[in-house]
Amino acid sequence: MNDVNLLTLRTLLDAREASILAAWLQNLNQVESMAGRISAADLDDQARQFITSLKRGFTSGGTDPRGPEFAGLRDVLTEVSSSRALHGFSPGETASFVFSFKQPMIEAVRAAAGADIEKFLDISWDLNQLIDQLCIFTFEMFQKTREEVILRQQREIAELSTPVVKLWDRVLALPLIGTLDSERTQVVMENLLQSIVDEEADIAIIDITGVPTVDTLVAQHLLKTVAAARLMGADCIVSGIRPQIAQTMVHLGVELNVVSKASLADAFALALARTGKVVVTQKAKV
Amino acid sequence: MDRIPILKLGHALLVTIQVDMHDRLALALEEDLTAKIVSAKARGVLIDISGLEIVDSFIGRMLDNIAAVSRMLDADTVVVGMRPAVAITLVELGLSLTGVKTALNVERGMTLIHERLVEAEATDGVDDD
Repeated sequence: MNDVNLLTLRTLLDAREASILAAWLQNLNQVESMAGRISAADLDDQARQFITSLKRGFTSGGTDPRGPEFAGLRDVLTEVSSSRALHGFSPGETASFVFSFKQPMIEAVRAAAGADIEKFLDISWDLNQLIDQLCIFTFEMFQKTREEVILRQQREIAELSTPVVKLWDRVLALPLIGTLDSERTQVVMENLLQSIVDEEADIAIIDITGVPTVDTLVAQHLLKTVAAARLMGADCIVSGIRPQIAQTMVHLGVELNVVSKASLADAFALALARTGKVVVTQKAKV
Repeated sequence: MDRIPILKLGHALLVTIQVDMHDRLALALEEDLTAKIVSAKARGVLIDISGLEIVDSFIGRMLDNIAAVSRMLDADTVVVGMRPAVAITLVELGLSLTGVKTALNVERGMTLIHERLVEAEATDGVDDD
């Protein structure tokens, strides 16, 4: 963008700010299906902030939307796109915030250029480039926020899927569901060890009924967890190995050198026996 | 040089590690403990590492060594109070301290040692003073 065009745009924006803003807001309200999702006041506020920081960028002589002069503008856009991403707006709706600014600006440039077609084309080309750059930036920010949301959810799922439950005084159970990869093993291990400390547990039952396959890697992860629990002073019992899985494991040559029981109930019975508890049937009421 | 104190409780020895271990301290502890097991006729060694926040392979091996030496001198080693992070680190380092007994806290570790002492008393008549 050359300095002349920059100056023209800046003067235009100064002179026609009110009309540009009004036309833009009208566009925004038409384009975006905003009803009830974002208040007119908020929209107005965002648009004003955008224009203010755009003007500030022009004043400090910025031509590159990614340069330091437009840092304030980028902040505004980041805020707008991330809040929209969080509120479930579509990418198109988010981008139209910037795109709909193009039309009133072009109108203004046309009015200023008059019959000078060359000048009009020249300025609008620069304007287009600027707005497109800003739009790409908005997209990127939108995407980034969405990715952050996904990452957070992944972490939450990882935590939710590894609950440690207290079965009895000093007896914990860890029902594992889904595949065990290294990352999950880490979370599982940390959760289990912390619960062992918190509940002062003697025995931890690791139930793998919900683990679809056990290969050498998963077995290794299991053994690591058992070893770590043992270092903390708790014994581990592995339960819920399904018949097919047991067969596969033996065929693969995977050995789990830990106490294992077929079902969680058996493991629990063993845990009670080890902690010196006995389960008796109450006399039947006659 | 700093040394880690070794307390005698009947026929058990109690070592509480409250500072970060460096290699020389670990070696000194190993030496002191070996001498003390013999002089105190100890049957159990309880090492409380609840204050230990950082371990490396050297400290891990030292724990293993102490256990092996104690076993040779007819004393059981119980390591108690290991922090979760320390346990994970040791496992990741491939040191699962198979020769060492473990317990959650000093109280439970003492119970383990006490059981052993009672056993020893029954078989070869160690008196309790």
